[in-house]
Amino acid sequence: MLKKIAISAVAALTLSAGGALAAGGGEQHIEDIAFSFEGPFGKFDQMQLQRGLQVYTEVCSACHGLKYVPIRTLADEGGPQLPEDQVRAYAAEMSIYDADLDDDRPRTPADKFPESGLETAPDLSLMAKARAGFHGPEGTGINQLVRGMGGAEYIYSILTGYTGKEKEQAGTTFYENTAFPGGWISMAPPLAGEDVEYADGHSTSLHHEAEDVSAFLMWAAEPKMMDRQHSGFVAVLFLTLLSVLLYLTNKRLWAPVKRAAKEAAKEA
Amino acid sequence: MSGIPHDHYEPKTGFEKWIHTRLPVVGLVYDTLMIPTPKNLNWWWIWGIVLAFCLALMIATGVVMVMHYTPHVDHAFASVEHIMRDVNGGHMIRYIHMNGASLFFVAVYIHIFRGLFYGSYKAPREITWIIGMLIYLMMMGTAFMGYVLPWGQMSFWGATVITGLFGAIPFVGEPIQTWLLGGPAVDNATLNRFFSLHYLLPFVIAGLVILHIWAFHHTGNNNPTGVEVRRGSKEEAEKDTLPFWPYFVIKDLFALAVVLLVFFAVVGFMPNYLGHPDNYIEANPLATPAHIVPEWYFLPFYAILRAFDSEVWVVMFAGWITGGIIDAKFFGVLAMFGAIAVMALAPWLDTSRVRSGQNRPMFKWWYRLLVLDFIVLMWAGAMPAEPPYSTISLIGATYWFAYFLVVLPMLGVIEKPTEAPATIEDDFKAKVAKSAKAAK
Repeated sequence: MLKKIAISAVAALTLSAGGALAAGGGEQHIEDIAFSFEGPFGKFDQMQLQRGLQVYTEVCSACHGLKYVPIRTLADEGGPQLPEDQVRAYAAEMSIYDADLDDDRPRTPADKFPESGLETAPDLSLMAKARAGFHGPEGTGINQLVRGMGGAEYIYSILTGYTGKEKEQAGTTFYENTAFPGGWISMAPPLAGEDVEYADGHSTSLHHEAEDVSAFLMWAAEPKMMDRQHSGFVAVLFLTLLSVLLYLTNKRLWAPVKRAAKEAAKEA
Repeated sequence: MSGIPHDHYEPKTGFEKWIHTRLPVVGLVYDTLMIPTPKNLNWWWIWGIVLAFCLALMIATGVVMVMHYTPHVDHAFASVEHIMRDVNGGHMIRYIHMNGASLFFVAVYIHIFRGLFYGSYKAPREITWIIGMLIYLMMMGTAFMGYVLPWGQMSFWGATVITGLFGAIPFVGEPIQTWLLGGPAVDNATLNRFFSLHYLLPFVIAGLVILHIWAFHHTGNNNPTGVEVRRGSKEEAEKDTLPFWPYFVIKDLFALAVVLLVFFAVVGFMPNYLGHPDNYIEANPLATPAHIVPEWYFLPFYAILRAFDSEVWVVMFAGWITGGIIDAKFFGVLAMFGAIAVMALAPWLDTSRVRSGQNRPMFKWWYRLLVLDFIVLMWAGAMPAEPPYSTISLIGATYWFAYFLVVLPMLGVIEKPTEAPATIEDDFKAKVAKSAKAAK
């Protein structure tokens, strides 16, 4: 009986993952990376987030913004967890227009990251949730159950998916990219490897830089991920306990009723 | 509440009597909780509780989110991010609300299909069924409008496509669409009225739920055999039933705990699995997404909507006979609402004297095919509107209508039902004996 309920619930959830459908583009190639934050017990790697922040700051932020991300969250537990004075110094390097002063002033941790500087560059606050790397099989999205949604993988694959080919169309240059839907992207290859210098001596190959900044953008999109997983874990634990207790209560409650029915059936 | 004979509330102390003569509310609660319930209900009967819980959960989480949400096109998306990032516990509340909608629909579909199999819609429970269908329609409306509120790309374009359906109505379509949207296109006025209605409708649903419960408390629950509870005397009724409290309350709570266990695993570990990534992009009226896909719970009916394109002969015929008034788009809209309407009419389309599917050997197979059809339509609704998916949708849609309009009326005539147990008591005894044997 229990099994039936479990099966129906799981079936309903898996079969109905239509929402997880592909957003076009037939032959996208998305690399499956084993990020530290994947899986129910995954955790953000603090050092990786700090390196990713560095790549974002020194490369991506030239064009892109993170307008929904409050700068103060860089100090949050589970995030890059920078010391507060560093966060303050980081914020002060960016300016913001203040209507009260009618002038620009340095940002404070209470402000958010700037918006995209380049009009055609999308904001990256939610990019890792706004793209799904995996869709199959047959558009059902079932493989996301195993591999995750693949938002960070999508970003990684874009950053590393340039083939080197270019084409001109209506005055714009497009670059061939194996991860981008349609195969041609207007963003020039942002990373080549050795674009930054990590303080912790971590490798700055294209692979590592792309991995780090993808992890950082995943955190930017879902800063409460570890909190959420923790809440989920506690909820599942308590509900398991509650289920067992209710199962036993129910069994005991019905036992006399069933015994009576069994005896009556024997007599008949 | 009348119906099955049972003990009613008797005020004992002076205070209880004082209350009871003035407002018999304790008696109402007592009689509601102590309703005689067929002993033999199986686990498919637990989804009513899950649904009641969902409604409460959605209202509770929704009320909190309204405190932090801003229904304005310039601020809606940012205010949702504010909930996700700044509000204490906001990310959990929003993910529970988001996935709560999915749980709500999982539960309602199982609940509906349970009714379809065990003939719960048949006399004397037609009004319970009809109210249930109204609740389902209201749920769809509420869910649709709720999905617009975060003002993401799918919110905006989903709203554009769905309100466009009303524009397909001949002659009056366009004014109706403009009236619904509050302007020529989905914009701030639309967002505001959807917000208002999204807050209102759950309370209308709550009212309908009370009627739904009242109706089946009056007729008594159906049960897997479809055999009615004996009502000659209280003693006779007690052989077939047990009071809802504590027997079914505890059973249902156990089931609810198991369902919630799965639910919180989804919320905690993959809260965006059932959503669409595009809705994390702020609405942009100038950029249409490559595929506009509704939420999963609309997909079967979305597939039916799209199945009838201008190449299908019934559509051409309808167009020819009405002089072009019914075009493919309008036909699709009629088909989509018709698909729900035929389901609502099941009590009058099903001609079989036998209530439960357990005793209908041919019906069982047609029913299983309907469940499969529903799942296939759900999948086809998520795929692009091109062959082979359009053909699959068309076949699926055809079977959906055929089941209600042809199979159900015909089966009553040609099918030879098997014999149901004489009483619920007998069925319960047989079940207990069988499970005891299986345990040995």
